[in-house]
Amino acid sequence: MSSKSVEDYLKAIYILSQNGKSVSTTEISEHFNIAPASVTEMLKKLAKKGYVRYSPYHGAQLTSDGFQVAERVTRKHRLLERFLHDVLRIREDKVHSEACEMEHALSDEAEESLCRYLNHPDRCPDDGKIIPACDLPFSTCEECIELHKKDLEESGRRELIPVSITQLKNGERGKVSFIRGGHKALQRLSDMGLTPGTEVTVVKSAPFHGPLEILVRGSRLALGRGMSERIFVEAEKA
Amino acid sequence: MTHKKLIIALAGNANVGKSVIFNYLTGLHQHIGNWPGKTVERAEGTLSFKGYTIDIIDLPGIYSLSTYSLEELVSRKYIAVERPDLVINVVDASVLERNLFFTLQLMELETPMIVALNQADIAKRKGIEIDTEKLEQLLGVPVLQTVATKGRGVSQLLEIAIKVIEKGQTTRREVRYGEEVEGRIARITETLQDAQFIYPRRYVAIKLLEGDEEIAREIAKLAPKAVNTAKELAGEIENLHGHACSTVITSERYEAAGSVARQAQKLVPPLKLTAEERLHNLTTDRITGYLIMGSSLLLIFFAIFTFGNYTSDLLSNLLNRLEPLSTNLFGTGIVGSLVWGGAAEGLIAGVTVALPYIIPFYIVLYFLEDSGYLSRIAFLMDNIMHKIGLHGKAFIPMMLGYGCNVPACLGCRIMETKRERTLAAFVTTLVPCAARTVIILGLVGHFLGIQWALALYVFDLVVIFALGRLAFRIMPGEPSALIMEMADYRMPQVKTVLKETWFRLAEFIKIAFPLIIVGSLVIKAADVFGLLNPVANLLSPVTVTWLGLPVITGITLIFGVLRKELSLILLAALLAPVGLQALTPVQMVVFTLVAMFYIPCVATISALVRELGGKKALYITLFEIAFAIILGGVALRLLTLFA
Repeated sequence: MSSKSVEDYLKAIYILSQNGKSVSTTEISEHFNIAPASVTEMLKKLAKKGYVRYSPYHGAQLTSDGFQVAERVTRKHRLLERFLHDVLRIREDKVHSEACEMEHALSDEAEESLCRYLNHPDRCPDDGKIIPACDLPFSTCEECIELHKKDLEESGRRELIPVSITQLKNGERGKVSFIRGGHKALQRLSDMGLTPGTEVTVVKSAPFHGPLEILVRGSRLALGRGMSERIFVEAEKA
Repeated sequence: MTHKKLIIALAGNANVGKSVIFNYLTGLHQHIGNWPGKTVERAEGTLSFKGYTIDIIDLPGIYSLSTYSLEELVSRKYIAVERPDLVINVVDASVLERNLFFTLQLMELETPMIVALNQADIAKRKGIEIDTEKLEQLLGVPVLQTVATKGRGVSQLLEIAIKVIEKGQTTRREVRYGEEVEGRIARITETLQDAQFIYPRRYVAIKLLEGDEEIAREIAKLAPKAVNTAKELAGEIENLHGHACSTVITSERYEAAGSVARQAQKLVPPLKLTAEERLHNLTTDRITGYLIMGSSLLLIFFAIFTFGNYTSDLLSNLLNRLEPLSTNLFGTGIVGSLVWGGAAEGLIAGVTVALPYIIPFYIVLYFLEDSGYLSRIAFLMDNIMHKIGLHGKAFIPMMLGYGCNVPACLGCRIMETKRERTLAAFVTTLVPCAARTVIILGLVGHFLGIQWALALYVFDLVVIFALGRLAFRIMPGEPSALIMEMADYRMPQVKTVLKETWFRLAEFIKIAFPLIIVGSLVIKAADVFGLLNPVANLLSPVTVTWLGLPVITGITLIFGVLRKELSLILLAALLAPVGLQALTPVQMVVFTLVAMFYIPCVATISALVRELGGKKALYITLFEIAFAIILGGVALRLLTLFA
């Protein structure tokens, strides 16, 4: 089992499962266009490695290790798509397959540089999905630009890759760890109580991709969708 | 007895009941204007108390004293530079932590202050009980419980305020940050020792560490060394924490606020959802939320238009009976027709719009705002408004625009940044107000059928959407997202609503009436001296050649600048004896289109000048004239092609 196929599987489960739900064998086999039997085989192997929880009738669910690998490779994939599209001007319908090949070879260091070079993009070009946050210990992208020359290993990396609050389910909580964007946005948000480390509860989101209703420090706030997508939290495991 | 003068400022977050306290204290002795040179509102009132004449300044509702919005800058400058004798910090007991975050910032300005702990009744229902004495002890400033809606505790507030002013305040505690920050604050304060300025040294040191540009610019002139030292030290803190220094300080300040709040309050969350919460859930739900919003807005519009039409007719009938009186006094000569046909007609025009439509609109608006429903509407509408680069809050002035564009433009003040204010005001002037509705319904709706009128409304929405998007694209600046508190629902106070309405109405009258009257006089004078027809002829290349309309429409469009529906009434008069039927269906549609978009009326233009400044108002006006003319001409050619 190559690391490429592990990453591909984990990424597929990550994309197919919305809000941490289990993904069935059928869904995965349709996604890759291969026989369900080989999928089952592969899921068992992944379960043994501790990347997924697998049971024959419920399908597969990512463990936190698996989630981390999947998120990282998804991040690389979507950053690469941006690079291919924005810089190399490769057509939108071609970037996906290209990025699929390149994502496994991209080192973490190159991924960071790519993110800075592309000016910390939010979304990938072809289907507008959110690019997952990095695991660098900054609270904004500006900090990353200012401080990236320093030795990163010294300040350490995050244990968990944070998720955007738009990826939380209604009623779920998390601690603010990273806000994509500049200081102005962070200043405004932290003035309203969303400082790094603060616990945030997502109450609900308005329909048709509307704003999010969140609870923070005892007050109820409405946050525009675009703004919410840039707020990343360390989700509390339910 | 000589009256001593005092100045007391009210400061606090939005939705804490600050204006209720302000109203309670000052009654009708209020003056609402703008801060000099700024488009931020300044409310001021006076009262007499114990031999003092006290000026009360109601500062805008803000969440922080940073430089995010104009409101924050203005408030900070006022407290720090103009130094009121005392600041009353109004605090919402039900959201103590976030409110105290602001209190701590006020304390850093080292201004004499007391805290009014308001809405304790709401907090209690949410299961929050606050130990006032403990809070007083922790903050070192007097804390008083108030229930402003019932006037409870408000006069004690004044008594304590005066006591503090007379005796001076010495007990105030300081927010202590972490060691690593405190040490550096001390080092910066040292470098500031010799410089003389209005701000407290510790405050300057903290602000410099936070990288506050406004303060840095001021201090750079007096103590350039301090600014550089602060930059260096801020860098050190950044290295230590791996976060920007301003984030570190804000976090620690919030920690301090949280610690005070935790010590002073007891939480016993109620088992059942409170009625307010259930209402909140219903009104923001994906199904019931939109149903409730849709039906209440429809109901409001229907009620206001029915009431408005009825009273408007009634009023104009009543006022027109005064014509013989004017004729008796001034005759029917030039003077007489100027007085009646110019000044008086202008006044009547103003009265018949302002009183029947604008008053109910304002009452409803403030009722919705005070109760907290407006923020829910903004929540539900945010994604749609986003398509034209605005956020949910902008829906409110747009909605107002259907009544009258003037209060709608004034209402654009609720947008935080200049860019959004401009964008919202621009979009708002495209909304068909009551007067334009008269033209649409009276001409197209009446003669061509209601489906044509509806089509024009839909077309208007399309134009709003397209132009809004275009303006959003070309206007420089970063779009800002919705960050809005949804405070708990509460019963709006009739007194506050009526007072707000009264002051807004006064503002409207002050802006609009002189212009309407003068404009009406000027046009009447032009009429009396026979200048209208030459002007109409001058316009004929546009009106006749390009738009395919009769020459006289030039005159009516000039009148439309005053009040849009006048252009229709006048058109009917000028086309007599045949009346409006003299127009072909195509001409009707073209005329209505042009009338809808061609220029904001004078009163709206003056509202634009007030909110955005002369240059932007001019650009918007010129653009809309050009747009309407091009649109009308294109419509004529397309319609004749298909008809």
